Amino acid sequence: MNTLKRILTLLLVLAMLTAALCGCKGGKSGKAEKNELTVGIAQDLDDSLDPHKMTAAGTREILFNVFEGLVKPDENGNLIPAVASAYTIADTGDTFTFTLRDGVKFHNGATVTVKDVVYSIERVAGKDSEKPLIAQFSAIESVEATDDKTVVIKTKEPYLEFLSYLTAAIIPDGSNPADGLVGTGPFRFVSRKAQENIVLERFADYWGTPAHLEKVTFKIIENANVLVTSLKSGAIDLCAHLTATQAKELGKDFTVAEGSMNLVQAMYLNNAYGPLTDARVRQALCWAVDRQSILALVNDGMGSVLGSSMYPAFGKYYNDLSGYYTQDTEKAKALLAEAGYENGFDLVITVPGNYQIHVDTAQVIAEQLKAIGVKCTIQTVEWSAWLENVYKNRDYQATVVGFDTSAAMTAQSLLARFQSESGKNVCNFQSAAYDAVYAKALAETTEAAQIEDYKECQRILAEEAAAVYVQDPCDLVGMRSDLTGYTFYPIYVMDLSRVYFTK
Amino acid sequence: MKYILKKAVTMLITLLVISMLAFLAFEVLPGDPTTKMLGTEWTAERAEVLRHELGLDVPLPLRYLRWLGGFFGGDLGVSYSYSQPVRSLLAGKLGITAALSLIAFVLVIVISLPLALLMAREEGSLLDRILSGVTQVTMSIPPFFIGIIFTSVFGLALRLFVAGSFVSAEESFWGFLGYLFFPALSIALPKSAMTVKLLRSSILGELDEDYVRTAYSRGHSRKTALRYHVLRNSIIPVITFLAVTIADIVAGSIIVEQVFIVPGLGRLLLLSISNRDYPVVLSIIMIISALVIFVNFLADVAYQLVDPRIRLK
Amino acid sequence: MTVKKSHNNFIIGCCITGVMLLLILLGAFWTPYDAEAMDTAAKMQAPSFTHILGTDNFGRDIFSRVLEGAGTTLFIAVNAVCAGLFFGILIGAFTGWYGGWIDEVLMRIADVITAFPSILLALVLISLLGSGKSNIILALSLLFIPSFARVVRSEYAKQKELDYVRNAKLMGVGTPRIMFVHILPNVWPVLLSSIAIGFNNAVLAEAAMSYVGIGVLLPDASLGRMLSESQAFFFSAPWYALSAGLTIVLLVLGVGLISDGLGEWDNA
Repeated sequence: MNTLKRILTLLLVLAMLTAALCGCKGGKSGKAEKNELTVGIAQDLDDSLDPHKMTAAGTREILFNVFEGLVKPDENGNLIPAVASAYTIADTGDTFTFTLRDGVKFHNGATVTVKDVVYSIERVAGKDSEKPLIAQFSAIESVEATDDKTVVIKTKEPYLEFLSYLTAAIIPDGSNPADGLVGTGPFRFVSRKAQENIVLERFADYWGTPAHLEKVTFKIIENANVLVTSLKSGAIDLCAHLTATQAKELGKDFTVAEGSMNLVQAMYLNNAYGPLTDARVRQALCWAVDRQSILALVNDGMGSVLGSSMYPAFGKYYNDLSGYYTQDTEKAKALLAEAGYENGFDLVITVPGNYQIHVDTAQVIAEQLKAIGVKCTIQTVEWSAWLENVYKNRDYQATVVGFDTSAAMTAQSLLARFQSESGKNVCNFQSAAYDAVYAKALAETTEAAQIEDYKECQRILAEEAAAVYVQDPCDLVGMRSDLTGYTFYPIYVMDLSRVYFTK
Repeated sequence: MKYILKKAVTMLITLLVISMLAFLAFEVLPGDPTTKMLGTEWTAERAEVLRHELGLDVPLPLRYLRWLGGFFGGDLGVSYSYSQPVRSLLAGKLGITAALSLIAFVLVIVISLPLALLMAREEGSLLDRILSGVTQVTMSIPPFFIGIIFTSVFGLALRLFVAGSFVSAEESFWGFLGYLFFPALSIALPKSAMTVKLLRSSILGELDEDYVRTAYSRGHSRKTALRYHVLRNSIIPVITFLAVTIADIVAGSIIVEQVFIVPGLGRLLLLSISNRDYPVVLSIIMIISALVIFVNFLADVAYQLVDPRIRLK
Repeated sequence: MTVKKSHNNFIIGCCITGVMLLLILLGAFWTPYDAEAMDTAAKMQAPSFTHILGTDNFGRDIFSRVLEGAGTTLFIAVNAVCAGLFFGILIGAFTGWYGGWIDEVLMRIADVITAFPSILLALVLISLLGSGKSNIILALSLLFIPSFARVVRSEYAKQKELDYVRNAKLMGVGTPRIMFVHILPNVWPVLLSSIAIGFNNAVLAEAAMSYVGIGVLLPDASLGRMLSESQAFFFSAPWYALSAGLTIVLLVLGVGLISDGLGEWDNA
């Protein structure tokens, strides 16, 4: 049958043609010469690109390259001047004076003035709507430009840590990021295509050391497994937040840099749910879990074991409680029996299914809790359902997630969650002792005293077992072996200004 | 004419019901757009402000009517997640999914028609039996498993295409088609297997009919009889099947787009559902449903064209 | 020729399905390892005598998990098809027998369900009811009702005009009895292939649902979930993906061949 043969031949030719066509595009060359980088990211920036309205860690991590505040964090967790060149804090702890850096340019070419700064701070504080865009900005009493180089910010009460929140983006006076993103960072925003990519370009007039790369394209690949295959196939050059198993899959053509995620990953417990209202039951869970073996199973032993709601990168604030609980099944059983649950109980662990590391950790915990008679089922839910049911309505028993510092790197942001009245108290943790120490910490005017208070807060959380703290997971960044300069920060950001091709 | 009118009215009502159901679905799903947008920064106050900004504080029936009015006026609303008109958001994605489905559909036809004819001609031979076995196995593989194998084998091992590096049509039209080839093939393979099986048995059924014997007696060979007489008649059940297949292909693309990272309607649909971005979801649902209904209608008409005995009531 | 071949299909189908069922049955009582037990020392091991299908990223024995997972998948598929079939027959028989406006309305509802993207429907149901075996069964069976109902309806519409039904009517047999005792057995042969297709769709749908993340509750194993988890390790641990994938293929293939064999046997 001639037609048949013809059709088959045609089909074959078609297949080979497409194969050949795609084959030519498969090479890795070219990108390095053009100095262009493609980064794979697991989530689209779909909360908001407005630097004052964004809420997702994944969005913050990328816009870090575009926007800057009066100060910005460096890789050691210190605040360094950015749009401001210097600052002073009054001894009373409630007045912050900033001197503007000379010649800082916006991406639109304009020079940053005090007007822009005052506008930006007031926008975040919600001057028009009375509702601040970042909650901590409600502490502001006044923002004033005393001359054309100086801005003075006063808070209502002494608030030492407020400085950290002044990393909030400075944008041009009167502008609305919805009409175009203009910042002062090392990269300038070029374009975005929903679910496809975000493109940034080097900003030549950057006040500091300019970026090495000409252009960075963030490619959105929601499936973590496909991210790995894309990296291997050369479709992307760099990808952060890999698990150890995924990183191993990459093989020898890639460099894997190890840092830390800067999250407090824990099995957060609903302290208002049945058996979990009893501190002894919560402690029993802590004694029953073997954190080292969780790390071994989930991330090949990498990461840091945590004992409370703070991670080591916090340096002076960090109270090392990682040895507070070690696995002791007998002790756990005894505590359960004491609380009246000698036969254990059933526990549903709700996990957002899009975070593989939390799903993995939950599976290991479930397996370990069997030994003390606690029968776990794991319910994976999508992120929105998790936010609604677990976070907002607190209608859950236990959940495995990680919390980061969100808008700014302050000890407060990791500890506020456990204050009885806090709107973010997802654990329903109630402790008069904790509330007292936490309130005292906020009101301190010297850093040393504040550090002591925060350390005490961490100890109380461990002692009362507000949650089963697990780890600060390791953050593995896989990249082409000719890339270098990736710098880890103690917060959840991805600084690409220092990355370059070695060629 | 009357028939078409009646059909059109039913189609319209069906679509209305679907849109209502979809709207209701979002009321009962946990979370609203503000939940996702505010994330772990959620506080009752901020949610309140945002709900007002987005117009979510309007009662449900009114919101539905507004949306419906907008929809028929060609205004699909604004996406919450992307603060961009749904219309422009969809425009790009629609083309991609359409291209993917079209390539898959063409592949189904190109693969299954010749194979079925060949198998029917050689009925009972070793070739027929081997091919039957192959189709049977192919039918049993989940499309996304084929996708996983394709990305691994053709993408990573043989480097025939770069898994994950979607090429948009503006960048390179051939690259675009090339990238879609493997996703389309992984949708098309199981569907072709089903089509082959159906067409083969349909052809064999026809071969016993009187008119075929007449054709033989007039000196036609089995080959020409097949080509000029049988194919035409045995195609009817296949047409219905193909109609359903189009719908299946579009639905199947949702998952395959996920495996191959094709930024089409399916991926946008899944993301928008999880973001509770309902202006986007509703529009996509309406597009897909309308397509399914329309294709079924076309199948009815095609029936009549191929076989005038089937009257349309 | 045809007869011989259909025997072959049928026999091969029975063999595959029989072996699968035996294995699943075995898995229900005994697995070589605890399917959920994790072992730090034995992560990602290739198939060997100690672990005949190797181990996964938690050091769990894949063979044990496949046995359990196939059981879960089979349980879901069988129940979903039975539930769908039950309501499909009720609705189909009713609409096919009586016709009229009720028929019209129900069939339009069936249209709506068919036209609605099934993944969204499943997602809504699962979000409402929570994930878990029983809810997946519920969601799947709801999706299957229309197709069963269509087949049954058209058969009833055909059969009710036939002589044996008219005779039964004249003899004063009650309508329910005619519908379910006289007609139903005659509908079975046609339904049989729909059931096989339905079963296979259920297996594939469970896999697809797990792939988008709305499958069974962990730590339960299911073939779909194993398949989607194994994608990341396709190169370093191909046995993981292949074990799960091939088990799905065999389950579906076996049932497919049986229904094929039955069909061609009827024709022969």
